[in-house]
Amino acid sequence: MEQAFDLIIEPGRSEKNYWKDLWRYRELFYILSWRDIKVRYKQTTIGAAWSIIRPLLTMLIFSVIFGRVAKLPTEGNAPYMIMVFAAMLPWQFFANALSESSNSLIGNANLISKVYFPRLIVPASSVIVSLVDFAISFIILLGLFVVYQFVPSWHILLLPVFILLAFFTAFGTGLYLTALNVKYRDFRYIIPFIVQFGLYISPVGFSSSVVPEKWRLLYYLNPMVGVIDGFRWAILGGESQLNLISLMSSLIVTILFTALGIQYFRKMEKTFADVI
Amino acid sequence: MSTAIRVESLNKKYIIGHEKAEQYTALRDVVSNRVKNIFKPNTKRARVYSEDFFALKDISFEIEQGDRIGIIGRNGAGKSTLLKILSRITEPTSGKISIKGKVASLLEVGTGFHPELTGRENIFLNGAILGMSRLDIKKKFDEIVSFSEVEKFLDTPVKRYSSGMYVRLAFAVAAHLEPEILIVDEVLAVGDAQFQKKCLGKMEDVSRNGGRTVLFVSHNLNVIKTLCSKTIFLKNGKMQSFGETNSIIKDYLNSGFESNRFITFNDDNFKLHNEVRLLSMAIRSGENIETPLNNINPISIEIYFQLLRQIKNLRIVISVMDDVENELFSSSSFEVNSIMYDVGEYCSVCKIPGKLLNRGRYKIKMRIDIPGDREVLPAREYLSFDVTDLLFHQMGIIFPDEPKGLLHPELFWTTKKVEQNITDINIIDKFNKVIS
Repeated sequence: MEQAFDLIIEPGRSEKNYWKDLWRYRELFYILSWRDIKVRYKQTTIGAAWSIIRPLLTMLIFSVIFGRVAKLPTEGNAPYMIMVFAAMLPWQFFANALSESSNSLIGNANLISKVYFPRLIVPASSVIVSLVDFAISFIILLGLFVVYQFVPSWHILLLPVFILLAFFTAFGTGLYLTALNVKYRDFRYIIPFIVQFGLYISPVGFSSSVVPEKWRLLYYLNPMVGVIDGFRWAILGGESQLNLISLMSSLIVTILFTALGIQYFRKMEKTFADVI
Repeated sequence: MSTAIRVESLNKKYIIGHEKAEQYTALRDVVSNRVKNIFKPNTKRARVYSEDFFALKDISFEIEQGDRIGIIGRNGAGKSTLLKILSRITEPTSGKISIKGKVASLLEVGTGFHPELTGRENIFLNGAILGMSRLDIKKKFDEIVSFSEVEKFLDTPVKRYSSGMYVRLAFAVAAHLEPEILIVDEVLAVGDAQFQKKCLGKMEDVSRNGGRTVLFVSHNLNVIKTLCSKTIFLKNGKMQSFGETNSIIKDYLNSGFESNRFITFNDDNFKLHNEVRLLSMAIRSGENIETPLNNINPISIEIYFQLLRQIKNLRIVISVMDDVENELFSSSSFEVNSIMYDVGEYCSVCKIPGKLLNRGRYKIKMRIDIPGDREVLPAREYLSFDVTDLLFHQMGIIFPDEPKGLLHPELFWTTKKVEQNITDINIIDKFNKVIS
C-alpha cells in the first residue's frame, strides 16, 4: 500500500526542506527573540540603560583620545563626537551581535538537545536582540543632534540600507563563529579578542581618511569599514564622502561571509545535538 | 488503519574517543596535538583512539495510526536515541523513517522554560517550542491554566515556583498539544502522585479518544501496561522484540538485569551450604524491581535465606562499595540480645535512607557470621546497582560535575548574620554566638 508521508527522515534529508522548515518555524523565531529581549532587560536592574551608558562612555573616551589628544581630523565640519558616534552605533551593534550569537547555541544547549527546530533561529534571534540595543542607543544620536544643533541631510533616509548591511555583516560572521564555538569551546576566549581588536582596526575613533593610501586596499577587506563609512555618510550628510570602493568591498565580503557562514553552520548543525 | 510511522533499517553510530573525557574539542588540543606531531616525526600521528559505537542497530518497525506504543529497555539500550531521531533532534547514520502526521515530542517537561519569565509568558514560550501556534495557545490558554492549578501565580516569575508547581505548569502545556503523533520520554515520574495520575489520565484520554499515535518510553512497567497496547523492547541498540505489551514485558523481565539488582540462587550458581542457603537477593526502591534507583528515595536491600539448622546470634554484614571497590560503609543485622534463629526461611531487609548516596554505581558485598565465633558465609560481592540523579534525569537540570563525592547526604545548613563587630569579641565567643 502506497501512501503519502508527511515527513521522511534520512541522513542528509534535512537539507532539502531546510528553507521551508525555517519559514514554518518563524513563529518560534519571533518568540525566542521576544524572550531574549525580555530577559535581557529584566535581569539587569538598570536594564535598557546599559545600551545607552556603554556607547556613550566609549564615545566620550574616543572623542577625547582621538580628537583632543591625538588631534585627528574629523570629516568635513562635523563635530568629532557625532563623527565618532555615527561609527559607534554600527560597531556596538556588530560587537554585541557577534558575542551574543556566538554564545547563543551553548546558552540554549538544553533546548537543542531536546527539541527540533532549524538551529539557525537561535543565533538569528540573538542578532535581533542586538538590533534592539542598537535602536535604543540611537536615542543618543538624536541627543547629540540637539546638543550640536546638527541637522542631517537627506542622506539619512538611506541609513536603513546600511543598517541592513550591518545586520548581514554581523549575522554572517556570527554564524561562522557560532558553529566554531560549538565545536571548539575555547573560541569563546577568542571572540572578545576579535571584538576588541576590531574596534581599533575599524574606523570607529577616527575617520577613514587618516589611513595611508597604500594600506587602503587591505584596510577595506574589513567589512565594517564599508558599513561605518556608509553610516557616516548617511548621518553626517555632505560633510562626509561616500566611499564607493569601501562600500563595494564591504558588500562583497559580507555576502561571502554570510554564504560561507550559512554553509558552514548547516554542515555543523547536524551534529550540534550530539556534541553540545 | 494506515501506517503512521515506518522505520526501515535504522542505524545510529556515535564515535567515542577513548583518550579524552571531554565531549567537545578544544582548539588548544587540536593545535597542541599538531605541534606534538611536528616534534615526533618518526611516530605515526598521535591518534586519539576512537571507536564506533552503534547506539541503534538495524531497527525496523511499523506503527499504525492510533497505536499506543511503549518502548522499554535498560539504560543505554537506545531508547532515548530512538526518540531523538524520531523527533529530528539528531540525524540517523543510515536508514529511513517515514512519518505521516504532525509530530510533537516531549523529551522533558518544561523545555525552554525561562526562570525569569512569568508563568503566563512561559506558557507561550513553551507552547511555541513544542510546536503550537500562538493562536492555538491563546485558544487553550484557560484550559492549560486550570489544568496546571497555578492560576494565582500566573504573573510570578517561574523561578519563584515550587518544583511541583513548575512541573504542573510544564506538563499542562504539553498535555494540550494536539499533534497526530506524540513522542514522550519518561517525564511522568515527576510531580506528586495525584498529579501523575491526572497526567496519565489525560494521556490515555488523548490517545484513546483522540485517535492519536503515542510513543512512550518508561521504566515504569505498570504505566506501560496500562497505557500501551504494543511494546518495543530494545536491547543494546537492537530491537529484541516488538509485540503485544504483556508478552514483551515478560520477555523483558526474563532477560535479566544488567545492573544486577536481583539474583536468585540455585544449586548451579551457589554451592550448597550445610547451615545457610541463600535463596535470593534484591535491591529495590518501591514496589517494582525495575524502577530505577535515585538519590532521593530510600533503597532497600532484601536478602532471602533459609536456615538448615538452628543458629544462635546469626549476623548478616553488608558493605556498600563504589565501583572501584572502596568500601563506603558497612552495616550489620546484629542485635544485642542473643537471639536463637530456628530452622526456616527468613527475609532480612536493610534500608539505606534516601538522600545519602550520590549518583553513580555501587556494589554490595555481603557475609554471614556469628560474631566472636566463626564465619558462616565468606564475604562476596553479590549485587550492583546504579543510582541516578532524580532532578538530572527527569528535569534536565544539568550540573555536570556536581554533586561531588562518593556520598551526598542531606545535611542541614544555616546562615545567619553576626550581630557584633568581629574585632570586638574573641573568636570563641563569636562562634558560640553563631551556633546558638
